[in-house]
Amino acid sequence: MVALASAAVAAIPLVYLLVRAGESGPTSIFGTLARGRVLEYVANSLGLAAATTATALVLGTAVAFVITRVQVPFSRAWLLVSALPLAVPSYLAGYGWLVSFPSINGFVPSWLLLTAVTVPYVTLPVAAALRGASGDLEGVARTLGRGPLRAFFVATWPSVRPAAIAGALLVALYALSDFGLVAMMRYPTLTWGINSAYSASFDRAQAATLALLLVVLALIVVAGERAARRQVPRAAARAVAARPVSRPGLLALLPILAVAPLFGVVVPLLGLLSRLLEATALREIDGPRLLGAVGSTVGVAVAAAVFAVLLALPIAALAARHRGRLVAAIESVGYLGHALPGIVVGLSLVFFSLAVVPALYQGIGVLVFAYAVLFMPKAIGTMRAGLGDVPPRLVSVARTLGISPLQAWWRVTVPLALPSVGIGALLVAIATMKELPATLLLRPTGVQTLATELWNRTVVFEFGAAAPYAALLVLVAAVPAVILSGVRSTAKEEL
Amino acid sequence: MRVIAAFSRTSISAIAVAGFLLSGCSASAPAPVEISVSAEPAVDGAFTLYSGRDEKLVQPLIDQFTAETGIVVEVRYGNTPELAALLLEEGEASPADVFLSQDAGALGALSQAGLFSILPDDIAGAMPAGFTSTDGTWAGVTGRARVVVYDGERYTADELPDTIDGYVTSEWAGQLAVAPGNASFQSFVTALRVLDGEDAASGWVKALAGNDPQIFEGNSAILTGVDGGVVGAGLINHYYWYGAAAEVGPENMRAQLKFLTAGDAGSIVNVSGAGILNGGATDADALEFLRYLVSPTGQTYFVEQTFEYPLLPGIDAPAGLPSLQSLINPELDLSDLEDLATTQKLLSDAGLI
Repeated sequence: MVALASAAVAAIPLVYLLVRAGESGPTSIFGTLARGRVLEYVANSLGLAAATTATALVLGTAVAFVITRVQVPFSRAWLLVSALPLAVPSYLAGYGWLVSFPSINGFVPSWLLLTAVTVPYVTLPVAAALRGASGDLEGVARTLGRGPLRAFFVATWPSVRPAAIAGALLVALYALSDFGLVAMMRYPTLTWGINSAYSASFDRAQAATLALLLVVLALIVVAGERAARRQVPRAAARAVAARPVSRPGLLALLPILAVAPLFGVVVPLLGLLSRLLEATALREIDGPRLLGAVGSTVGVAVAAAVFAVLLALPIAALAARHRGRLVAAIESVGYLGHALPGIVVGLSLVFFSLAVVPALYQGIGVLVFAYAVLFMPKAIGTMRAGLGDVPPRLVSVARTLGISPLQAWWRVTVPLALPSVGIGALLVAIATMKELPATLLLRPTGVQTLATELWNRTVVFEFGAAAPYAALLVLVAAVPAVILSGVRSTAKEEL
Repeated sequence: MRVIAAFSRTSISAIAVAGFLLSGCSASAPAPVEISVSAEPAVDGAFTLYSGRDEKLVQPLIDQFTAETGIVVEVRYGNTPELAALLLEEGEASPADVFLSQDAGALGALSQAGLFSILPDDIAGAMPAGFTSTDGTWAGVTGRARVVVYDGERYTADELPDTIDGYVTSEWAGQLAVAPGNASFQSFVTALRVLDGEDAASGWVKALAGNDPQIFEGNSAILTGVDGGVVGAGLINHYYWYGAAAEVGPENMRAQLKFLTAGDAGSIVNVSGAGILNGGATDADALEFLRYLVSPTGQTYFVEQTFEYPLLPGIDAPAGLPSLQSLINPELDLSDLEDLATTQKLLSDAGLI
């Protein structure tokens, strides 16, 4: 019941899109879909999402494996560094690269950069799961004559699979909804079409029709994830000690660890820094206003994280324990917000809040609500995996000791799943800090976040003046990313 | 002049009060107490502006306005298309009194949706025909010329073609950057249709599409690309270059501007403008602001600070730019959405959008 309410909240953008597209009538909808490049946009969106997801899945799993299962020096530091690309908004990564390499464009750079900034969605949950997985099975498989790769797939993969697939889903949805990076890299996807419908045609019905097409793509992706997930509750196990490896071996592994932070963080930030040094006239930094922007960024991020987790919890709990059409539908709807560009979700909440709570319009509450709708999916997947990991046996044992189901849930399930709730909250907080289009639409007049301040400068070509804001945004968003790299997915290791 | 302005302000305020009394208490109306104690007659001294033009360029002008009039402006900054979509979504419930737009297309869309109130003649009619609305729903404020931006390390201005037809020949294959999904490019194509006829426009668009055009998302991306030597030339609005040059210094710009022959569709002037939303129809403060934008003071500000064309006759264009008079095209209505739809069909058929 509660899950249905959450799903209803998540469905606001969908309802809005259906209303707007519906207003225009079938001929207009068909006309929009039949337009010159729409098919090409769809193919590009799908191709980019598929390629990015595949590489992020492989790279993220590999990085997580190296960090947790090989004795690399400073493994904690590496995990932390692996989380950093999360803090870099995709448009910033794109711009930073163009400063140093102005001619890159098209599919390949879009694909590689999107992979670099999204790979932590896979790395972090898989690393957390690996630390709790029963790696001794892999040792057994090796002694039985399996090669290392086969042994990994037979023994370890099944236990990290739910975490990896849930992370991959976030990557896919991110790639589908991204506009900032593909615009910089001149790779036209459906989000280009949506943007152009707003900015050149001023036609909301046309934009809504294209956005619905994006929803269809997202539903296909979500259905794919459900089919691939096949969650298996893990048996309690001891943590596995990391294996030592020779010095040349370490050197060979280093590129795997370094590639995403290098592509997603180091090169873009160096590019911005060089623009700062090139500038001959800089707008001075207004200290109090900057502090205000940091304050409101952190404030809305914390509020959005709490609210999104509360919304996602019922859906995650339901999906962790139950199957069936209704559950599948509820969960799929929960993911929708993440597949849509921020402007669509922003407009849907303008529509919704003016219709339902006009007094709160352009208040901070509606803005936080919008963030929760947009980023709730980031919490659903990890929390579902975390809740699903709690061995039902433990709950049964608790019940036999004479406590009620609710008490058992509170005293057994919640403590064990708490770290995954934390992961979900942190992911939402990071995404909120970077969000721009919905923020511009819904913020109370006059409120600035770091993302809007950054936009303020880049829109008038003050890339030099923008650099400190970009650096600060990455720095602030890195705080939850760093905390995230330290959270264990479940408390199982202590069992 | 000032006396007349003050008089009209008072009379409009009186209407505002009457309207307020009749309509009862609404959320956005000023508290009655304030009105009775206020020395200024019946104006709440504030209004809300949605600005599709950026803060850095507009806020100093607003501060200047507030200093001169005492009227406080609450500003919401955003991109023009997004704010236009926002205003359409808000409809009559919008808190905005005034919308300041980067381009005529967005103003046309809001006007067609019936969201603008009719402006007094001294505002809407302040600018020459072709640079303001035909029905008095919005007023042109500034002009930006379409130009060719080119790589200064590869070409000199003299060796570049002077008309738009010269940029779709085989030597420009793969070397011309355009943003077909952008409002200002579509305005240019509309102008091409109006000035040269449908056949010529269709021929040009097809020649462009078949010449391996480099598709960018917007004007600023094109400028960045040309400045980085990625592509030989591109079609943009002139003032973007000045914005970029302001930070890195004009002497450090690799990209340079070429103005095409006056009368060529490649040299048309797009206008930015402003309108008053229905919610602000009786707001004397909002009207005062629009009057300020089209006044010599406001126009001079844009000339000096943003290098845009003033639309008010008698104010000189920024130094170094061709005169606006040679670019006037009264036949062109860039806010005409039916024209826009035809243009988009043309671009879509050619596979450009």
